[in-house]
Amino acid sequence: MAEKKKLIEKESVVIRFSGDSGDGMQLTGTQFSNTSALLGNDVSTFPDYPAEIRAPQGTVGGVSGFQLHFGNDQVTTPGDFCDVLVAMNPAALKANTRWIKPGGTIIVNIDAFIDKNIERAGYTENPLPEFKKGDFNVVEAPITTLTQEALKDITTDNKSILRTRNMFALGMTYFMFNLPLEHTFTYFKEKFGKNPDVMNSNKLVLEAGYHYAETIEALASRRVNVAPAKQKPGTYRNINGNTATAWGLLAAAEKANLELFLGSYPITPATEILAELSGRKDLGVKTFQAEDEIAGICTAIGAAYGGDLAATSTSGPGLSLKSEAIGLAVMTELPLVIVNVQRGGPSTGLPTKTEQSDLMQALYGRNGECSVVVIAASTPSNCFQYAFESAKIALEHMTPVILLSDGFLANGSEPWRIPSMKDFPEIKPPYAKKGEKYQPYARDEKFLNRYWAIPGTPGMEHRVGGLEKMNITGTVSYVPENHQVMSNFREEKVERVKNVIPKQTVYGAEKGDLLVVGWGGTYGHLYNTVKNMRKAGKDVSLCHFNYINPLPTNVAEIFANYKRIVVCELNFGQFANFLRIKHPQFNYLQYNKLVGLPFTVHELEEHFTKILKEK
Amino acid sequence: MADIQYKPADFKSDQDVRWCPGCGDHAILNSVLKAMANIGCPKEKVVVVSGIGCSSRFPYYVSTYGFHGIHGRAPAIASGLKTANPDLCVWQMTGDGDALAIGGNHFIHAVRRNIDLNIVLFNNEIYGLTKGQYSPTSKMGAKTKTSPYGTVEAPFRPGELVIGAQGHFFARTIDVMVQLSSDIFEEAARFKGAAVVESLVNCVIFNDGTHEIFTSRDFRDDRTIVLKHGEKMIFGKDKDKGLVLDGLKLKAVTIGKDGYTIDDILVHDAHQRNPGVHLMLSNMSYPDLPVALGVIRAVKGDSYDQKVTQQIAEVKQKAKIKNVDDLLNSGNTWVVK
Repeated sequence: MAEKKKLIEKESVVIRFSGDSGDGMQLTGTQFSNTSALLGNDVSTFPDYPAEIRAPQGTVGGVSGFQLHFGNDQVTTPGDFCDVLVAMNPAALKANTRWIKPGGTIIVNIDAFIDKNIERAGYTENPLPEFKKGDFNVVEAPITTLTQEALKDITTDNKSILRTRNMFALGMTYFMFNLPLEHTFTYFKEKFGKNPDVMNSNKLVLEAGYHYAETIEALASRRVNVAPAKQKPGTYRNINGNTATAWGLLAAAEKANLELFLGSYPITPATEILAELSGRKDLGVKTFQAEDEIAGICTAIGAAYGGDLAATSTSGPGLSLKSEAIGLAVMTELPLVIVNVQRGGPSTGLPTKTEQSDLMQALYGRNGECSVVVIAASTPSNCFQYAFESAKIALEHMTPVILLSDGFLANGSEPWRIPSMKDFPEIKPPYAKKGEKYQPYARDEKFLNRYWAIPGTPGMEHRVGGLEKMNITGTVSYVPENHQVMSNFREEKVERVKNVIPKQTVYGAEKGDLLVVGWGGTYGHLYNTVKNMRKAGKDVSLCHFNYINPLPTNVAEIFANYKRIVVCELNFGQFANFLRIKHPQFNYLQYNKLVGLPFTVHELEEHFTKILKEK
Repeated sequence: MADIQYKPADFKSDQDVRWCPGCGDHAILNSVLKAMANIGCPKEKVVVVSGIGCSSRFPYYVSTYGFHGIHGRAPAIASGLKTANPDLCVWQMTGDGDALAIGGNHFIHAVRRNIDLNIVLFNNEIYGLTKGQYSPTSKMGAKTKTSPYGTVEAPFRPGELVIGAQGHFFARTIDVMVQLSSDIFEEAARFKGAAVVESLVNCVIFNDGTHEIFTSRDFRDDRTIVLKHGEKMIFGKDKDKGLVLDGLKLKAVTIGKDGYTIDDILVHDAHQRNPGVHLMLSNMSYPDLPVALGVIRAVKGDSYDQKVTQQIAEVKQKAKIKNVDDLLNSGNTWVVK
């Protein structure tokens, strides 16, 4: 056994687990992040996996990865490059070579480095000798053999061995970063308690991996400790964007004293919202797994008419299918939350990858003048807050609201200080007043919303629908002037939401050389970059948007204080173009990319530095 | 429910009915008003949902709650409404294009789920509101604005579709038979589950007389059969004709001829779970056989909305999580001091 060495203290570490899409890398990464979060680290995760459930084994296309970044201070991104890469086969090594930091550790399952796999990964020869020559710490661990060995008294079944070897890799990393095994043991107990053999197998293999790492000098001599982060006191949990979105809707239903209805159709990467809420019958949620995307939103519209807090969840292609029905919700002026978890497009595009290219679709993708409120979440955990806000605005202003999330937020997770529901405001929908004659299109003077009369209420029988309606009375009307009046009302109603949303804030200086502008899921990377650059004395600030339509009222005021504005987005410049429409007096530089991946802090820093140098 | 006494006029709205004079939809409206009055469901609990097309203007002509949706999507809107609020009595008005073309998917799924909806399918075998294009129920070879040389596609038979989608309730009526229609609508409304009533209506402008060969008063009795559960399948002006099983097929016979007696005539069992005879009955077409009217199939089963309500109640009773605070604090959490 290697001599026990002192731990090396580090501020933060990035690990990337990668293997075949059936290798259990997502579970491995999740277990690691849960354990480090439970010990008080701040954590950010990034699952990166192919659309195929089991892509051809051993190929680069079938590689599934899970990157996580944990640290002793605020961690806002999953990290650009990894300190440790776990590669379960040659393809995983090949797919991730460019993400390993110089001097980083590569743990490979050497048992998988046989000629057939090497060839399948697209290498002409075994790549390991080259890596060893380079600036890497390569650990060749016989993971399959040692898993077999650990399980010899329980099973010789090859399938069980293959299924548990990811735990060997997890055990090794637990040793490397001085993390305890107990939390994962607890997980085994909860997950496999009814099947003791499976539970014990996982446990044995996890322990075997841990003890194996202890014997490897290259690992034992570099054992790292990451101290807990200084976090605000409170109770914490890990949460990903999709769960946070689902729970935010539930919180809104509770504060509005309404039942929650979700009409939805499974679509990557939004499905977990439907899955989570379908399990929430304990809180009375009605989920309707519809026959298609259109029925998903139409059932929600029916439920909204029926007096529920209604929502539908989808991703880009589904939002396209829902367009006509969103128009119906605009016309009938019913409260509705449409969650769009963006992915790479167009068409089927990149189902499991992230992008921000549905912004224009959310803003304008319908027939007619058809304004809706558009809000974007910007971290996995604040999906909760913005789902709540979306529902609040929908209900109180009687309008559809599109909440934009994305694949990166949806699947990424982070520790979250659990809020208390008593700190959230009540939601007060504008119900039609009993005892007064009900006019379906009479409006509140302040917000311009119409009033909500729920079927079942005597004396308020009325008709709504997609045809243009007469102002106030709500009868079908083709009167030319009336269409102008109603169109203005619908537009102005959405515009007036700007009076209830918070003012836009800036991170950094009030005035300066460069203002970085972003929106939605790129927040972590932009914030991290600006923070680093400010630390280095650079004059850069960040203005990151969550409220897109309407925009906050003080945008022009902010923009006027900076010499240059650069709008950064994962698309061709949709928000930049929107800003050009809304605030044409400013010059907008752009930084865009479309690779299905988040920005890297590295590339942003490089780009902003270049802008700052330009006169 | 039964305490309230309504007249059909109580359900009539103050809007002018804008269907063409002579359109079969007028008669269906009257039959529905009559049925609504008889059912006695409180007016504020009645909601009429529709899609797009002539028949889908229906919600404006009744004084209940109403939702005029978008083309083909009424079953989804109605399904969401009924699931959200199972106390409501939800009607869905639709046409052959709305239900079977653009909305075919929603139609079969609403039927399959057996959501408690009263679906009235106005079948005039033509697109009326867009002025005369063929529909999914137009007869093979029909010459219309978009099939000047005749269609080359086989029509849907709504009953067959309903039974194929594991439908629990299917009935058929003719616009002009107001009493029969109103009786059927009443039975459909009382039925817990998706009840589809195919209403054969005449489009006087674009498809005049499409059903006339068996609906005309002159020979209706001989060319149609009104089925009643538990009664012999007898028809004809002189009540001398009946249906028998000939091998695996239905056959129309004259009682007292060719050795057939009243004892050979089949008894209609609408409650029979096995759809075999129901399918044959709903597919009968003139001149081979009389066209079946009345309630062809009415098989009891749990409705979707009931099951949703029941499941939620069961889970809630045993649940540890009672509110959102409980939920947020469930599972793995840790405390930072």
